[in-house]
Amino acid sequence: MLTRFLLLGLDKRAGVLLTVLAVLAVAVPVMALAVPPDSPFHLPMHSVSLLGKYLSFALLALALDLVWGYCGILSLGHAAFFTLGGYAMGMYLMRQIGPRGVYGHPELPDFMVFLNWKELPWYWQGFDQFWFAALMVLAVPGLLAFAFGWFAFRSRVTGVYLSIITQAMTFALLLAFFRNDMGFGGNNGLTDFKEILGYDIQAPATRVGLFVATVAALAAGYMVASSLVASKLGKVLVAVRDAESRVRFLGYSVERYKLFVWTLSACMAGVAGALYVPQVGIINPSEFAPAASIEAVIWVAVGGRGTLAGAVLGAVLVNYGKTYFTAALPELWLFALGGLFVLVTLFLPKGILGLAADRFRKREPAAAVPAAASKGA
Amino acid sequence: MPRALRLWAAMLLVVAATAATLSGALAADLKPLVRNLGAGGFADTEAAIAALAQTGDPAVVPVLQALEAGDLYVRKEDREVVRGSASNGGYTLTDPLGGAALGEAGRGAVDKIRINNSLRRAISAALGSLTLMSPDAGARRAAADSVFKTRNPDGLAALETALGRENDPAVRSIMEQARAAILLTAAGTPDADRLGAIETIRARGDQESLALLNAVRSAEGASAAVRAAADKAFEAVEMRLSLWGMAQNLWYGLSLGSVLLLAAIGLAVTFGVMGVINMAHGEMVMIGAYATFLVQDAIRTYAPGLFDASILIAIPVAFLVSGAVGVLIERTVIRWLYGRPLETLLATWGLSLVLQQAVRSIFGPTNREVGAPSWMSGSFELGGLVITHGRLWIVIFAFLVFGLLLVALKRTWFGLAIRAVTQNRNMASAMGIRTARMDALTFGLGSGIAGLAGVALSQIDNVSPNLGQSYIIDSFMVVVFGGVGNLWGTLVGALALGTVNKFLEPYAGAVLGKILVLIFIILFIQRRPRGLFALKGRAVEA
Amino acid sequence: MLKTTRTLAAAAGLAMLAASVFAPAVARAQDTIKVGILHSLSGTMAISETTLKDVMLMLIEEQNKKGGVLGKKLEPVVVDPASNWPLFAEKARELLSKDKVAAVFGCWTSVSRKSVLPVFEELNGILFYPVQYEGEESSRNVFYTGAAPNQQAIPAVDYLLANEKVERWVLAGTDYVYPRTTNKILEAYLKGKGVKAEDIMVNYTPFGHSDWQSIVSDIKKFGSAGKKTAVVSTINGDANVPFYKELGNQGVKAQDIPVVAFSVGEEELAGVDTKPLLGHLAAWNYFQSVDTPENADFIKKWQAFTKNPKRVTNDPMEAHVIGFNMWVKAVEKAGTVASDAVIDSLIGVTVPNLSGGYSAMMPNHHISKPVLIGEVQENGQFEIVSQTPGLVVGDEWSDFLPDSKSLISDWRAPMSCGNFNTATGKCGGKGS
Repeated sequence: MLTRFLLLGLDKRAGVLLTVLAVLAVAVPVMALAVPPDSPFHLPMHSVSLLGKYLSFALLALALDLVWGYCGILSLGHAAFFTLGGYAMGMYLMRQIGPRGVYGHPELPDFMVFLNWKELPWYWQGFDQFWFAALMVLAVPGLLAFAFGWFAFRSRVTGVYLSIITQAMTFALLLAFFRNDMGFGGNNGLTDFKEILGYDIQAPATRVGLFVATVAALAAGYMVASSLVASKLGKVLVAVRDAESRVRFLGYSVERYKLFVWTLSACMAGVAGALYVPQVGIINPSEFAPAASIEAVIWVAVGGRGTLAGAVLGAVLVNYGKTYFTAALPELWLFALGGLFVLVTLFLPKGILGLAADRFRKREPAAAVPAAASKGA
Repeated sequence: MPRALRLWAAMLLVVAATAATLSGALAADLKPLVRNLGAGGFADTEAAIAALAQTGDPAVVPVLQALEAGDLYVRKEDREVVRGSASNGGYTLTDPLGGAALGEAGRGAVDKIRINNSLRRAISAALGSLTLMSPDAGARRAAADSVFKTRNPDGLAALETALGRENDPAVRSIMEQARAAILLTAAGTPDADRLGAIETIRARGDQESLALLNAVRSAEGASAAVRAAADKAFEAVEMRLSLWGMAQNLWYGLSLGSVLLLAAIGLAVTFGVMGVINMAHGEMVMIGAYATFLVQDAIRTYAPGLFDASILIAIPVAFLVSGAVGVLIERTVIRWLYGRPLETLLATWGLSLVLQQAVRSIFGPTNREVGAPSWMSGSFELGGLVITHGRLWIVIFAFLVFGLLLVALKRTWFGLAIRAVTQNRNMASAMGIRTARMDALTFGLGSGIAGLAGVALSQIDNVSPNLGQSYIIDSFMVVVFGGVGNLWGTLVGALALGTVNKFLEPYAGAVLGKILVLIFIILFIQRRPRGLFALKGRAVEA
Repeated sequence: MLKTTRTLAAAAGLAMLAASVFAPAVARAQDTIKVGILHSLSGTMAISETTLKDVMLMLIEEQNKKGGVLGKKLEPVVVDPASNWPLFAEKARELLSKDKVAAVFGCWTSVSRKSVLPVFEELNGILFYPVQYEGEESSRNVFYTGAAPNQQAIPAVDYLLANEKVERWVLAGTDYVYPRTTNKILEAYLKGKGVKAEDIMVNYTPFGHSDWQSIVSDIKKFGSAGKKTAVVSTINGDANVPFYKELGNQGVKAQDIPVVAFSVGEEELAGVDTKPLLGHLAAWNYFQSVDTPENADFIKKWQAFTKNPKRVTNDPMEAHVIGFNMWVKAVEKAGTVASDAVIDSLIGVTVPNLSGGYSAMMPNHHISKPVLIGEVQENGQFEIVSQTPGLVVGDEWSDFLPDSKSLISDWRAPMSCGNFNTATGKCGGKGS
């Protein structure tokens, strides 16, 4: 019943969220490009990129909420998919530099030149084409997730065991990408991008364009996720989350449902990573760090697990907090951030949106519950 | 050359026989030589050391030893070389030859004679030839070692004289090896001697013997018999070394495994037994390490005599401090979150950030020094194995902690109560166990054990606010690999992962080795989704 | 239902409000000159970088006591990029476009510098980078006050060749770009000196590597082949303490196998018992034990500022001292803090360094410094055993790497190029 109620509430939430996104998609370009710089309504360029970064994190959080909130798979390695998507985009951007690198080599990125690589490794082929890179943004995280999920779900690895091996996966990728021999730039990663699709990556219009693309991707991701969870498939997912064995006994192939939503979520995370890289200007292995994945889980929890909109809200709020505190309280911000996590868990067990829903239920229980029940009946 | 050798040997004999009566007279002759030690740059000092060694006078030995220890100074007023020992704000000066007191001097009145690596080498070479007949067996042994390394043919006669007088079998065998090394490298040694020398070196059988034999076998002008013998000996030593290499890897694996065990065992209690996904576990380890630092710092300041015991004193302190922080965390945060394990992850992650920053604010971001007591420094050889004392004690300590924890959980009332509460809270409560209190104590126990790990890690790793971060992932891997809720699983998991890692490292390198171990864990969990020692029964689905 | 919507709307409004907070505050009266400090105060690099933040605060405080610059007080703006590389870029952007700082002093790792580099070039800021690095870079907006490989690695190897007669080399490093490049350069250099390939062992370890048992025993094995062996260590930060502890425990003495390190200074040694490490070496452009009045004065001020009479000083701190003094001088010369004017006037500025000489900013944005080799003492300090007779000019494009041999950098007009190719006579790298 609670689930149905949440699903019902979701439509409203979807409306609000999509409206906010639409407003952002219009207001930000206008405030950044059309409003004169001395006006109080002018939005400086660094804020545009910053907002873009928050929203790509929001898409990652959304992907994570889909598997964790609705399917009960707590991934402590989702940043791995995000980062792989980012690397695919980063490789495209590196190839776009062409002969403008410091050594002026027509094909090889700088880091390969000074480590004495003679030719481009095979896995860098094709990334000079945007369509290929875009495909890889989806395919690489998707295939990894599919292979990983195929084994893990069939072996019925669940709960904390699954969480820990996702962490082992991202940690192994972290170590692998740190190796300079891998040909991904080692610890420095990929940086110093110049152009995307022929547009100067530092130009204000390009930045705004990337921001709008991020808003669009987030909106699309949200619509896919919310219609998915509202569908019959979504109900099965929730059932898997709440009582996996029972669903299996009812004849559902639990593994297939899990595998589907897990792979989809990884692809969404890959897209988020691909949008993140050009706006931040660097992708490097530290994004694979287990801490990054845990932080993503925290965004979802702060916003409210299993609410989709909460994940978006949580990602934006926590990251805004990080930006604000690292400048305002550079020596103490970890106290603030750490304290926030403790307080949210203790006093907002269902996250910010959960709190809102609870307060609403307490005040108008009679109206809300029957409405939900009648709708379901 | 032979004349010089004879002269040298004769001088040694003379010195040995008449050292007592002549020392006064010789000391007078040594004076200007000693004075040269402080003459100027490193090159001048090196020449002065060589000149002192040339005298062959045993009275030189304490002078050179003082120089090596950095106790020699030049008195500014008269450029005299003196021996100084620090005493309240200045130095007490003595004559390096004979030790007559020369009064006090302020810090500014003397200049230390500085030495560098090549001077240290010159000193130990000089001491090597001078102390071959020292009454102290340890000094003779060190001297023989030094002759083995330098392989200076000029020292052969002195070595043979010393060998003739040596009674200690261990020292004797090193001297023989040194002699063999000289014979093998020197030109013009008869083949019979060479073959004998090859046997001696083969018996020594270490890495240096291998290099020496390799040189013999590839040397030009060696006879076929010598070459064949060297070839055979080389292969034998190589075989022996590769076997010991395996044993060494096993030991390294055991040692790494015991570090993992220490780091993970506390987590096996808080996570394995209580089900709290304790991301602040690493910070409990860190707090234990800082407690060790504080204990040692206090001992350095107030009771320097107890320094060797500082680690032992730190053990209970670290346990109590980390345990107390654990109890505090349980009472204020964790207890509201039972039954919601994933939220404990969130809260403890937040706590770990807070604890890290708190330590950083209090102690500063830089590393703190925790010294090794004398019984934990250095190493010893066991056959071809090199075992460092510090690692050995950590292995012993890890097993001790594991054993004690096992006894505490299985054989005491406290352990019984813990198990009762985790298995059936309501029933335990009905039987009169104060469950809330048991929760706090269990969490405190796990945290306290993490603190113990901190004591051990302070000996081998950085004592910095980031200490815990580097162990938290490994700890979770170990507990999950071994099977949550099973202490034996943690033991086997830690040792297995440590050993696998160390056997992979020589082939794959440190980075790739670690990646392979992680992939191995992922695949292993597919085979056994609940770890090595899975819990069975109804508890599994709960 | 309505309530929910309202709460959501409020939350969304909050986000919008937050966004507007980013807009720069209405221009305040320019009564101070802002100086950005971009060093990690948390995370893995805090251990090294926090000290540099403190040095900058001290230098700024001192300059303000002297009346500031151009008659205005300096105002430090401290941010925490938290050892997170993308956050470095974000914070750099914030410092330049929101706080409008005149110059930024910051970064430690190469990746953090690479991360902020496009930002500084885009927004035309000034960055002073105080740490030894791998070279192979020269940006118009960055001033490199740390050592290039020829100001640290090559003189150290020369010292070992000449004074320790080393014939076999272990190049041990953390697997990232600085050790990789430095070792490439050293390998080429050693081979040029006639060292055979089998006498060079290269080993890379991950960041924060803590179990050194196998590697130290490999080094011992490699070193017992009858030839004098030395280790050139480019092991980074955190991994050094366990490495040195293991060296001490396994009895690797400096007399037998000396280790010369490029990333170990007084701060790193503060966490280790140095008695077993006596005689191991480090190469820097500054040691705390440098015996000059300038250095004595600096140490006194630093210890007073940190209220800790035992606080040590190190090489990157000196680099910031030099960099800051150069910036002050250049601003006074230019009469403005505007980037272009200061960038131009910085070249050729000469200020005293702490080792008794003068350092000058070269046209390639690197500085000239003496190179010192020190041996570790029991008290955690270094005994200086060698010093280059003159100053060494930082060489950004190494002569020992095939692709950078023909590149030079000169930021003076008319060349004004960071990668001028002397072979083709064109700006823009190797060309094709």
